[in-house]
Amino acid sequence: MTRTKWVAAAALGALLMAGQAVAADKKVVAVSIPAADHGWTAGVVYHAQAAAKEINAAFPDVEVIVKTSPSATAQVSALEDLSAGRKLDALVILPHTSEELTMPVKAVKDGGAFITVVDRGLNDPAIQDLYVAGDNIAVGKNTAKFLVDKLGGKGNLVVLRGIPTVIDDERIKGFQDGIAGTDLKILDIQYANWNSDEAFKLMQDYLAKYPQIDAVWANDDDMLLGVLEAIKESGRTDIKFALGGNGMKEIVKKVIDGDAVTPVETPYPPSMIKTAIYMTVANLVGQAPVRGNVKLDAPLITQANAAEFYFPDSPF
Amino acid sequence: MSAVIQSAPPRRERDFAIGWADAGPFLALAALLVIGFLINPDFLSSTNLSNVITRSAFIAIIAVGATFVISSGGLDLSVGSMAAFITGVMIMFMNGMVPHLGTWSVPAGMAIALLAGIACGLVNGLIVTVGKIEPFIATLGTMGIFRALITYLSDGGTIPIDRSLREAYRPVYFGTVAGIPIPILISLAVAAIGSFILYKTKYGRKCAAVGANADVARYSGISIIKTRTIAYLIQGACVAIAAICYVPRLGAATPTTGLLWELQVITAVVIGGTALRGGKGHIWGTVAGAVILELIANLMVLSDFVSEYLVAAVQGVIIIIAMLIQRFSNSK
Repeated sequence: MTRTKWVAAAALGALLMAGQAVAADKKVVAVSIPAADHGWTAGVVYHAQAAAKEINAAFPDVEVIVKTSPSATAQVSALEDLSAGRKLDALVILPHTSEELTMPVKAVKDGGAFITVVDRGLNDPAIQDLYVAGDNIAVGKNTAKFLVDKLGGKGNLVVLRGIPTVIDDERIKGFQDGIAGTDLKILDIQYANWNSDEAFKLMQDYLAKYPQIDAVWANDDDMLLGVLEAIKESGRTDIKFALGGNGMKEIVKKVIDGDAVTPVETPYPPSMIKTAIYMTVANLVGQAPVRGNVKLDAPLITQANAAEFYFPDSPF
Repeated sequence: MSAVIQSAPPRRERDFAIGWADAGPFLALAALLVIGFLINPDFLSSTNLSNVITRSAFIAIIAVGATFVISSGGLDLSVGSMAAFITGVMIMFMNGMVPHLGTWSVPAGMAIALLAGIACGLVNGLIVTVGKIEPFIATLGTMGIFRALITYLSDGGTIPIDRSLREAYRPVYFGTVAGIPIPILISLAVAAIGSFILYKTKYGRKCAAVGANADVARYSGISIIKTRTIAYLIQGACVAIAAICYVPRLGAATPTTGLLWELQVITAVVIGGTALRGGKGHIWGTVAGAVILELIANLMVLSDFVSEYLVAAVQGVIIIIAMLIQRFSNSK
């Protein structure tokens, strides 16, 4: 309850200061994202900071502030802090959880800010002005399509899935839909928690269990690293393809180098935060209307277009 | 192979039941092997067994150290994060040394890893003994610290090993000597040294005495601070050795390296017959415990009748049954 009051107070403060902000020359865009605790979130932090730097340099009258938070509670506090000191013209947020962040974001909106939500939606979609996300179903489906094509619609597959979440379910569903009606057979599917070590062990076990595997799909690149190591160590040559997903730079590099086992990749790019920040700023400075839902597709990354998805300086 | 050494329990003056208590984890291990074979004959193939035992080496090595800590009445929750932190420090050091030392940076990195491990162990030990903080809380604190440090060092991403070192270092995990994978040999060596220290030296007896009853130990002139701190030092060194074997497997450190290893380590120690409240430690039982844990996970994948959603539940049940087998063999 006290928190709600604080948020309300902060929002009120922001409202009172709105008058002054019109006179001020800088438009403030706050970016609130999870702190880097694994590869993908590290990528989000990298791209958010890159966007802030580029925009602050390009538009002197815009100030982009990036705040990272290690937990949902910390993110709620960060929103309060961000909106307490000054009027926010826009907020770009990748929420830790939908439930806890919905009301605090609404408070910021009530303060007059343009709200851009990225990746994970809020409980009330009416709060957001712009929604930017990737397409997890397409991650599975496009990978499946590639395998159906290349294996001639026939073969034995093993799949490694992540942590039981909506993201994981959607990717698996897309994949299963993609191979439906073909003679591609999923021999086995198990959780490896998006962790390279667990994927290494699981792949070793798959290799021990099945004498003939045509392709492996790990629904995330961290896991693919473990899979590739297990295959390499076993010396098995029956595996024609080992594919991942997410757009990790190590894997995109393999695609660029024309790797035979991992010739393609599907992105669920952390750079979507950058897309969202740029669109939000476009609305502020260029009067380019951007309201709506933007779903970034997960096109197959091949040698031809891989450069577009390769960020050698990013940690991911 | 470990059973051979086990069959000569070093201190059996109290009663003969100790022989049975020590055999408990090995009975459970044997039962598991039989069940595994019945479920899927591939289970006993030499490739599969050597994969699984090699994989269990990290947990086994760390758990040997944990046997000292737990036997002396302590606990260490930080080992997983510590392993990740040491891995990160080691890889960064090796990468930095490549221009000067070439492939010699691998042994140099190993030395740094050991130093880092002992330093981390010393920190844990001093906080617990001199600082007089409950081991659970003290090491929960350092667990967070080590995890944050590896996340910071890697910017949340990965710290990969230099390409030029990759091939040179690879055999430490993937190589074999006389057909036995090197990590297995290292964990046997660590366990052999560990059991020598715990059963044959004065320090080992002090360790068990402090764990069994700290007050009595103090009255008999044993320094609790020294004994427990040394146990944490041994733990740190064991984590470093595990990290040294771990690096060549995937060639990178990430913020998720070693996640939840502490729980596997503690489970291995307890399955091995060492009581969580301290007292007599069972090094070879601990090693068997680590292998049991890994075999259970392996069996879950090789069998077809466990739904992927229920794997963790079945693993839990098997661990409890393994403990029960032990309990009954104890009471005989």
